[in-house]
Amino acid sequence: MAKKRVVSTTINGNQTEFLCEPRQTLLEVLRDTLNLTGAKEGCSNGNCGACTVLVDGRPVDSCLVLAVEIEGADLETIEGVACSEALHPVQQCYLENAALQCGICTPGFIMSTKALLDENSSPSEDDIRFYLAGNLCRCTGYDKIVRAVQDSAELMASNGIDGVQIDR
Amino acid sequence: MATADVDTAQTNGNGKYKVIGTRPIRHDGVDKVTGRALYGADVKLSGMLHAAMLRSPHAHANIKSIDTSKAEALPGVRAVVTNADLPEVGDRIAELGEGAVNLRHLSCNVLAGPKVLYKGHAIAAVAAENIHIAKEAVGLIDVEYELLPPVLDVREAMEDSAPILNDDVRTDTMGELGNTPTNIAAHFRYEKGDIEKGFAEAKVVVEREFDTATVHQGYIEPHNATALWNKDGHITVWTSTQGTFSVRQQVAELVNVPLSKVKVIPMEIGGGFGGKISVYLQPVAALLSKKSGQAVKLIMDRSAVFEATGPTPGSYIRVKMGVDAGGKITAAEAYLAYEAGGYPGSPINPGCMCIFACYDVPNGKIDGFDVCVNKPRTNAYRAPGATNAAFAAETVIDEICDELGICPVEFRLNNASKEGTRRVDGVEYPVIGMADTVEAIKSSAHWQSNLEGPNRGRGVASGFWFNCGLKSAATATVNADGSVSLIEGSTDIGGSRASLAMQLAETLGIAAEDVNPAVVDTDSVGYTDVTGGSRVTFATGIAAYEAGMDIRRQMIARAAEIWDVDADQVRYEDGTIIGPESSYTFKELAELVIKTGDPVTGRGASSAANQGGAFGTHCVDVEVDPDLGKVKILRYTIAQDCGTAIHPSYVEGQMQGGAVQGIGWALNEEYFYGDDGSMHNASYLDYRIPTCYDVPMIETIIVEVPDPEHPFGVRGVGEVPIVPPPAAIANAINNAIGVQMTELPMSPPRVVHEILKKNS
Amino acid sequence: MRDFEYEAPTALADAVELLAGANGSAKLLAGGTDLIDHVRTGRLEPDLLIDIKKLAELNVLEASDSGLRLGAAVPCYQIYGNEQITSNYSALADSCQIIGGVQIQSRASVGGNLCNSGPAADSTPSLIALGAVCVIAGPNGTREVAAEDFCTAPRQNVLEAGELLVELKFPAPGGKSGSHYRRFIPRNEMDIAVVGVGAAVTLDDSGENFVSARIALGAVGPTPIFAQAAGDALAGQPANDDSIAAAAAAAREVATPIDDMRGTVEFRNHATAVLTERVLKTAIARARGEADGYTIGH
Repeated sequence: MAKKRVVSTTINGNQTEFLCEPRQTLLEVLRDTLNLTGAKEGCSNGNCGACTVLVDGRPVDSCLVLAVEIEGADLETIEGVACSEALHPVQQCYLENAALQCGICTPGFIMSTKALLDENSSPSEDDIRFYLAGNLCRCTGYDKIVRAVQDSAELMASNGIDGVQIDR
Repeated sequence: MATADVDTAQTNGNGKYKVIGTRPIRHDGVDKVTGRALYGADVKLSGMLHAAMLRSPHAHANIKSIDTSKAEALPGVRAVVTNADLPEVGDRIAELGEGAVNLRHLSCNVLAGPKVLYKGHAIAAVAAENIHIAKEAVGLIDVEYELLPPVLDVREAMEDSAPILNDDVRTDTMGELGNTPTNIAAHFRYEKGDIEKGFAEAKVVVEREFDTATVHQGYIEPHNATALWNKDGHITVWTSTQGTFSVRQQVAELVNVPLSKVKVIPMEIGGGFGGKISVYLQPVAALLSKKSGQAVKLIMDRSAVFEATGPTPGSYIRVKMGVDAGGKITAAEAYLAYEAGGYPGSPINPGCMCIFACYDVPNGKIDGFDVCVNKPRTNAYRAPGATNAAFAAETVIDEICDELGICPVEFRLNNASKEGTRRVDGVEYPVIGMADTVEAIKSSAHWQSNLEGPNRGRGVASGFWFNCGLKSAATATVNADGSVSLIEGSTDIGGSRASLAMQLAETLGIAAEDVNPAVVDTDSVGYTDVTGGSRVTFATGIAAYEAGMDIRRQMIARAAEIWDVDADQVRYEDGTIIGPESSYTFKELAELVIKTGDPVTGRGASSAANQGGAFGTHCVDVEVDPDLGKVKILRYTIAQDCGTAIHPSYVEGQMQGGAVQGIGWALNEEYFYGDDGSMHNASYLDYRIPTCYDVPMIETIIVEVPDPEHPFGVRGVGEVPIVPPPAAIANAINNAIGVQMTELPMSPPRVVHEILKKNS
Repeated sequence: MRDFEYEAPTALADAVELLAGANGSAKLLAGGTDLIDHVRTGRLEPDLLIDIKKLAELNVLEASDSGLRLGAAVPCYQIYGNEQITSNYSALADSCQIIGGVQIQSRASVGGNLCNSGPAADSTPSLIALGAVCVIAGPNGTREVAAEDFCTAPRQNVLEAGELLVELKFPAPGGKSGSHYRRFIPRNEMDIAVVGVGAAVTLDDSGENFVSARIALGAVGPTPIFAQAAGDALAGQPANDDSIAAAAAAAREVATPIDDMRGTVEFRNHATAVLTERVLKTAIARARGEADGYTIGH
């Protein structure tokens, strides 16, 4: 049995250390060791995007990353997107547009959307559809997701990434 | 009829309702956008073991022996189970809400024995300290197989010479059983009028044959189950399912314990579309827990999801239709053969009932066959059986329209089923909105627009689905702050907490946000049938409404008590309880409830109601690459009768999502099998569901012909939208390039093949 | 997943030593987007994964007058994010933009794509068309192999035990040059190529005649195919529909596709010709500095 390794990383702004076997994927460690179950496992081979997290700002399928590889990296997961007081504009726009039905793909979509808008603050519909093609949704037909991303871009253009208090 | 465009503030029931027709944020929304919502795979219990399954590498074989000793000896392994650990359940039929199942077949599907009937058939399961050990142990199980020839094609499986899958299957012809083992599990026949006379009256008769491939529901969340078999004999199952009570019943039957010993706790469900009703893992996790004494979690991987769950049948269909010079259908005949997979139970009967359901067919004959083949046991998929059937009937109609020079929209209006129309299977329709959906398409901006450019074409098609009632229960409790807690048992697959809370809020005259809906376990709410059959917003909606009415009665009584007047002097109006001299808002009285007497808890249930059924008509523009056969969807519009739209955003979402599944079915989705019966594309890479980049925005027109069976007029919405797309797209392709496709999917190689054939 | 050890050397010599010392039981990990799935499903059974992303030589990305140096571990997003590559080696950028979704492109490398040696690899036809040379390091020093000679059979290549791909060297395009890669897939994204075609053309100063052309095909044979004759025949020809059609027919001649779940022989032969025409037209438009009319996936 391969020896376990200590991995030091920053997750959602917090310095974190964990122990893992070389064969454990980042997704497995996030979910099982670190209790961050927001990233979902849909396919285990990089085709559905449900496990999308950001590593050093880039979206990756965490099912196709070994946990040992992220030594020293800066990691962002769905759990770190909202600030303590409020939702991120992307989250708010997904809610307002009813851009989720079952919701299993939603964390992955939100992470990819965030990465898209970090790269391109005013994407066209075609840009959005192309960028999000690595995230599968089987419920919505994507219409409302695309609208949510368009609204997010607008909201962020006017408000920055200041969160939106949700009144529920 | 009320039709409205998506962009206008629509479906407010013409001002009739305060909450219904608005678009509040769904109650479970924040949890789902922050990653906090807990799905089946997110369950974590102390001391929990992880399990993995051994699945058959062969499509058809006798299991001669299973040796689990090496797996059991691996350090870290705690339990191994096979079919031998399942009690003998006998040839009993269990009603599972939406459909019946032979328990012996279900048991053998959960853990195979004495045969494997498809590649991926579960054979054994191992629970271990971690998933890696469990998987390693699975590799140590030795199974000796006696290979049998597989049969994969539905028509080949019907031949006398075909290998027989189940030696206990006899053809059931409308209740009469045959004498010899066969793969044809059932033969349905429906007749109406005089078919020969009908065809004799026709000016044009078209007869075509169709083949459709096996497809999968494709939910993103794999199947999962965590079970704890406690020392007191009580079993708790945490799972994502379309029906907790159905899981409870199936587990109890399969492991042979009383219902009362099983509690099913619903986790959030990551899609189902009909595929998460039958059990696969739950009884296995329970048995592993019993053997190991620990909680056991079992998660399917994606390839097993494709190879061993789901699919909806591939089919062979023949349709013959006659139409007179006036464009009226005179006769229609259909022959449908659906793959059941390894065990009987394809949705052939609904396929038969749906195939001509949109139209007034005076003379009809329908034969349907349920046929076992060496593929996974089929399950419901969104309007099960109807999409295959509509592909056949709706493209034959277009061919007839072409021949007669009739506009396909006018043809559909002219022949539309309406109140009083009797289907070929004998059912007479109540108030329905078939013609209204065609009218809505006819007057849509899309239909009115011109489509220009080479290789472009437009197609329309209609579709029907029954929608069912079945049983639901709900309770609601008034809180001192004026909010109401709604307790229900319909697992929320796409926003039903919101649609139910809104119906309760409407009933009570309070805000949707003041209702807190909770989906609870099987010990905590009354019996509730599955989230399926487009029934939740309808039937559980009635239960929520009834619970609200119960609360209203109690609030009236309480106010009367406080005011010391007769209850009949108090009325409940728009969230206000009004007496002869004074009144309380709901909130004011809620605050007094605990101080003045018993807590107020309303109960509601529904069982008697039957939905009137729902119809949709779709219009699609495509552009076909004439060299490569690829079909691009340029524009897509859906008109659907939703009765009354409770939360229009989620109604639109159902329509859009169903249509895009239908687009996938139409263009690319299919199971590819090798001759040995192995599936070659058991991953999302090669089982090609549409991505975001494959589809345009999907325009929706909500048609509202209220269903009189529901207090607010709700009709189920979820299933109809998957029915028309393949037919509409086939009609559009024909309109674009003059090629009539009769096979699904209409993938580029098939379209190119037809183009090359036409050009040569 | 199978139990394995993990090493992340920072010196090339150490990586070579680890690899050579593992007697074939080690696999190299760059982006991991294929490798990790292969290990998970048991198609590969390594005892050691050597992470090569920390090796400076494999992270080189340098475009100059003398050509392009591309380290084997450079991820796709850095490639199509490089303006010199998008303008001078466009076929390579085209490939990198369609390998998986953005999540895959954050990790997957062209070197890895080549070393997996799948017949349908999206970047390999571009490498061949652009005349890339593979620089290989091993226990006995380094050697160079032309991209078209790298793959030898499905999932097999010229790498000997202990050898690893360090970088790809591309000659600088001369004169009026343009290149393009596109593939046919049933969806618009996220599929494996049913047919892929890469081409690089150089036109004379008038922009009307071919000086040279290189055409390569993917997914229509056991390895990516260098359709050399099809390209060579274009030299000196006018760049028009006739010459393009002739090249397309010649490319189709060398395709040896099979029937599988992704396409039929009939379709692949037909699509090879259609795509070759379309790819040449786009490459020519790019060489001329005209709008290329290319939309990914359509």
